[in-house]
Amino acid sequence: MTSPTEAAAARVFAETAQGRRNRLAETAARTVFLLMSVVMIVPLLVTVGALVYKALPALSLDFLLTNPSRGMRAGGIWAPFLGSLYLVVISLLIAAPIGVLAAVYLNEYARDTWLTRLTNLAVVNLAGVPSIVHALFGLGAFVLFAGIGRSVLAASLTLAIMTLPVIIASTKEALGAVPMAFREACWNVGATRWQTIRSIVLPNSISGILTGIILQVSRAAGETAPIMFTGAVFYKAIPEGDLFAYGLFDQCMALSMHLFTISTQVPNVPEAVSYGTAVVLLGTVLSVNALAIALRYYLRSHQRW
Amino acid sequence: MKLPERLRRENLGERLIEALIRVCGVSAILFVFGIFFFVCREGADFMFGRLSWRQFLLSTAWYPTSVSNKRYGALALIAGTASVTALAMAIAVPFGLGAAIYVSEFCPPRLKEGFKVVIELLAAIPSVVWGFIGLTMMNRLIIAVFAVPIGLTVLNGGIILALMSVPIIVSIGEDALKAVPDSYREAAEALGATRWQVVWRVLLPAARNGLLAAVLLGVGRAVGETMAVLMATGHSVRIPHGVFDSVRTLTATIAAELGEAPVRSDHYQVLFVIGVLLFTITFAVNLAADLIVKGIRQQ
Repeated sequence: MTSPTEAAAARVFAETAQGRRNRLAETAARTVFLLMSVVMIVPLLVTVGALVYKALPALSLDFLLTNPSRGMRAGGIWAPFLGSLYLVVISLLIAAPIGVLAAVYLNEYARDTWLTRLTNLAVVNLAGVPSIVHALFGLGAFVLFAGIGRSVLAASLTLAIMTLPVIIASTKEALGAVPMAFREACWNVGATRWQTIRSIVLPNSISGILTGIILQVSRAAGETAPIMFTGAVFYKAIPEGDLFAYGLFDQCMALSMHLFTISTQVPNVPEAVSYGTAVVLLGTVLSVNALAIALRYYLRSHQRW
Repeated sequence: MKLPERLRRENLGERLIEALIRVCGVSAILFVFGIFFFVCREGADFMFGRLSWRQFLLSTAWYPTSVSNKRYGALALIAGTASVTALAMAIAVPFGLGAAIYVSEFCPPRLKEGFKVVIELLAAIPSVVWGFIGLTMMNRLIIAVFAVPIGLTVLNGGIILALMSVPIIVSIGEDALKAVPDSYREAAEALGATRWQVVWRVLLPAARNGLLAAVLLGVGRAVGETMAVLMATGHSVRIPHGVFDSVRTLTATIAAELGEAPVRSDHYQVLFVIGVLLFTITFAVNLAADLIVKGIRQQ
């Protein structure tokens, strides 16, 4: 039995029709947005799971270390794997210094002028240029105009320019995170601008720069279009186990291109071979990426300032 | 006063390295102009001479290898790109913005970090792997579900492209929502608004420009994507009449035909003209997105 005061209180605090509608709308919105997020992720996990499941019969160390054989319908992925490694390493050697120095310029030297604004705009747009247009550029500029020919070098140069914005963006972020006071302290003891950068700014941001470099590697390893017409070939036999099998001016196979070839150009490739190739490519790219993410989290938790 | 020998040497070294830094600093400008220049240069002969722009933009007759009557009408390819991009955006924009809203406003903090990692990994999947997924799994799935003879269609390419552009929409969209000052949320909540009312009546209008930029960047990514659409949309050059038609996009055409076109032939050069068209479209889209984002920052 409720007292009159309690009854009055219940009336006052009872849910109004409006309040009920609001509460329902709130729950509905929360659920719908959660579902929208989940809908994107679940198919992804299922797909990757299915890829791995179908690839399992092919995956072994031998798969990695033997050349494709019988018209690419059997054997492994040694030649394309090594080719991708070459492209990634050489494009990194080209892109890393240019990218890091460009970020140093933008963050440490550039004043707010029209040139700086134009440069920033160029970096954004360079990141947005379609990969196939990079391929046309590589073909026109490096292969034909510079006369390098279709080669590891031309493909790596194309990849380097394509991935440059990745390095510039993350290096800029890393440099920007170094407190201004560090630089001022260094200038106050008489160091020049470059001495400050070399001895204070770069050492304090090296791990952030490293994250950008790792992301460049992941991006370069997966790209297909830019290397299709600048240096990657359908098939090229190289000695198994020889790490120095490709020359700078040779054409090479590449893992991403190989996946495209065996899944569209060659009929009757056993499922295990094509799925295996896809999983090796995907696994490489995702694990390199996960490394960068892990490094970033480690940095954030160990930040000293 | 003369500097001691050691200091002079260091001074020279420093000037050299600073010059190098300056050169690298503006290199991005050189590269963007270089890309435009070299792509134009390879196609220039044909573009400013023999190419009929009227035919290129308004005809669907794409017969670059015909022996007697070569025709270069790119309308069907433009329609291919437009249809796949439109479908991809129809899927990716609601889901991408929905996910951005969830991550930014509803999500518990612990889940949020995990979610962002998954989004980042989703963005890292190479386009050729997406193409492979489209070619094998999605193809079979579409044939089985809709009982159609081929699964390499606008639908397939659109879904794959949607999955590829969602990460960029989510991350830029979340940035845009984060940029709305907390005082807006607090003011609305103080008036008794529920979280959903805050999102719908306050955050979405306030973050409108940033969300638009996110969508534009998604469009840019979808228009420029090559390998995934090359493998997932089939290869028929025609204007699609529905989502179950095969199409070929601008990007896929370059990738599929450049290898066979003899260097400097008309066919080879028209592919570079398509490249110029693609560069112009994506440049305009990215420029617009960038200006919108800059505009927000200045407010």
